[in-house]
Amino acid sequence: MSNQEILIKINHLFKIFGNNPNDALELVKKGIGKDELLEKSNAVLGLNNINLNINKGQIQVIMGLSGSGKSTLIRHLNRLIEPTSGEIVINDTNILDLSSKELVQFRQSHMSMVFQKFALFPHKTILQNVGYGLSIQGIAKDIWVEKSIKWINRVGLDGYENYFPGQLSGGMQQRVGLARALATDAEILLMDEAFSALDPLIRSEMQTILLDLQNELHKTIIFITHDLDEALKIGDRIAILRDGSMIQDSDPQNIIMNPIDDYVSDFIKDINRARVIQAKSIMTPTNTKSSGPVIPNNMVLEDILQIMSDAPTKPVTIENSKGKIVGKIEITNLIEGMKRPKSQGTNITG
Amino acid sequence: MDWFFEFPEMERSGLRDFKKSIDFAFREFSRSYGENIENFFEPLLMFLVWFEKLFINTPWPIIIVSILLLAWFGSRSIPILIGTLVSFLIIGYFGMWEDTMSTLAIILVSTILCISIGIPTGIAMARSDRVQTIVVPILDVMQTIPSFVYLIPVVMLLGIGKVPGLIAVCIYAIPPVVRLTNLGIRLVDKAVLEAADSFGANYWQKLFGVQIPLALPTIFAGINQTIMMALAMVVIASMIGVKGLGLPVLRAVSNQYLALGLMNGLAIVVLAIIFDRVTQKFGLRMQEHRKEIKD
Repeated sequence: MSNQEILIKINHLFKIFGNNPNDALELVKKGIGKDELLEKSNAVLGLNNINLNINKGQIQVIMGLSGSGKSTLIRHLNRLIEPTSGEIVINDTNILDLSSKELVQFRQSHMSMVFQKFALFPHKTILQNVGYGLSIQGIAKDIWVEKSIKWINRVGLDGYENYFPGQLSGGMQQRVGLARALATDAEILLMDEAFSALDPLIRSEMQTILLDLQNELHKTIIFITHDLDEALKIGDRIAILRDGSMIQDSDPQNIIMNPIDDYVSDFIKDINRARVIQAKSIMTPTNTKSSGPVIPNNMVLEDILQIMSDAPTKPVTIENSKGKIVGKIEITNLIEGMKRPKSQGTNITG
Repeated sequence: MDWFFEFPEMERSGLRDFKKSIDFAFREFSRSYGENIENFFEPLLMFLVWFEKLFINTPWPIIIVSILLLAWFGSRSIPILIGTLVSFLIIGYFGMWEDTMSTLAIILVSTILCISIGIPTGIAMARSDRVQTIVVPILDVMQTIPSFVYLIPVVMLLGIGKVPGLIAVCIYAIPPVVRLTNLGIRLVDKAVLEAADSFGANYWQKLFGVQIPLALPTIFAGINQTIMMALAMVVIASMIGVKGLGLPVLRAVSNQYLALGLMNGLAIVVLAIIFDRVTQKFGLRMQEHRKEIKD
């Protein structure tokens, strides 16, 4: 993971909603909490000292309950919301320094966004919706039409070009939203609870579409969700927010194995661990071959259990994606992995 | 205890002087600037006169055919078309053709004037809360003040004639289009605007590409109301020299000619109904995209 190139750096980002954000900021920097701040200066703490590096070409999930500041955070990346203090560096540019004209340019060329409630233009056809980002850049009509049709087909909506959004189902509308965001070829894709409004089957289908596309396009995706299963399915990294503060940011396996506090433990307690935890998270590192069968390091516990139940006493050998032996798993490791971990570090209740 | 039962009012002579000084000041103002103001409105007068002549001098079959074409373009409805045809034939048969054409001309010009002032004002109100707080009370005054009251200064400034009539009509008729433009733009879904922002749309792209198109049905309801109110004003406007269907109504009132008043009054009603139905249908047709899937 260390060879990853960092694309977006968020440094000491604060956002305070209220009439006197700068006075409130001083209080927050002195360590005052969200509730206390609301009482003292009638200001709402949106984001509290967020530091986050987002790798190029990865899906960074940002999780949290409603009110935790995740939608606020994602709107800072394209400055739909202005921060109270801090910096956001993308490609060596601090986007908070951009003038409003440069910002418009930047949004056109670097970022696009998919919204929870789709936010399609109801008066434009599907074709015009998908082509919107390109058409406002002044690109010739035949070019944006051609590109848009390509993306409409890519998300499986062939033949719907001349429909209006109101004539499509929710799932289809969000495909349009996705196509609209992809059509501009922006390298950063912001997805604000993009699939939360869809029913479970359609949601899972959309997640698969997104992962397929990502395998091909390698965009940098910031994905907001409150659904842990979704986060685990698509995230390369998961950051967890609570009350505007970043609680934990690591790869998904680590969050399940080592939740940093009770809040995170609470989050993960309902997941099906056997289907999520992978061999690499529970193995004992070694480079010698064990007596049992060889399995890949991203196999989930459920499948390992199937294999080991035939010969419970023989430890299985784990190899990485390049075929090199990296560890072994004994039946006790499996039991340990299934057990819900206690949170480490200080006990924060919440 | 006198002050308790009798309102302690201003001294009578003082009050008279106060009123006199206002009258005097305004008279002075209209004496020195009246001509300039009249010159300023000269193009408007020419525009109105040109329209009136055009309507009156064009042979009636051509007028009827053009009106039917417009009604068809607006409504796409056969019943409305038939209604329009019959109404205009009856109006013409009962000798009200020329007055109707004059009324049409002033309604058309005042509607154009109201739209070209009202829509930009409404947009400015929607963009800025400060503009809204300033304009809303002005609109309230325009809608509630009795029309005769603002006829006085208008007539003092510009005398009797078409232009003062036009101004009086516009003062009365412009508030709906301003209010509904403001409302329509403010009601545009914030999420949709945010989407436009996120793709890097600039101010004008948002205004003309998203806000106005989405507000159009509401704006159109405002235009419809403005036309209706302009029609309601034609009788009062005829008191200060506007020709048209209002004038015979006025004559009928002062001479107790029942039939004359009724016929011309009904002609105004018929015009209003035709305008209303056609513009309403047109407004509905603009909301094509709100239709649900049909197949």
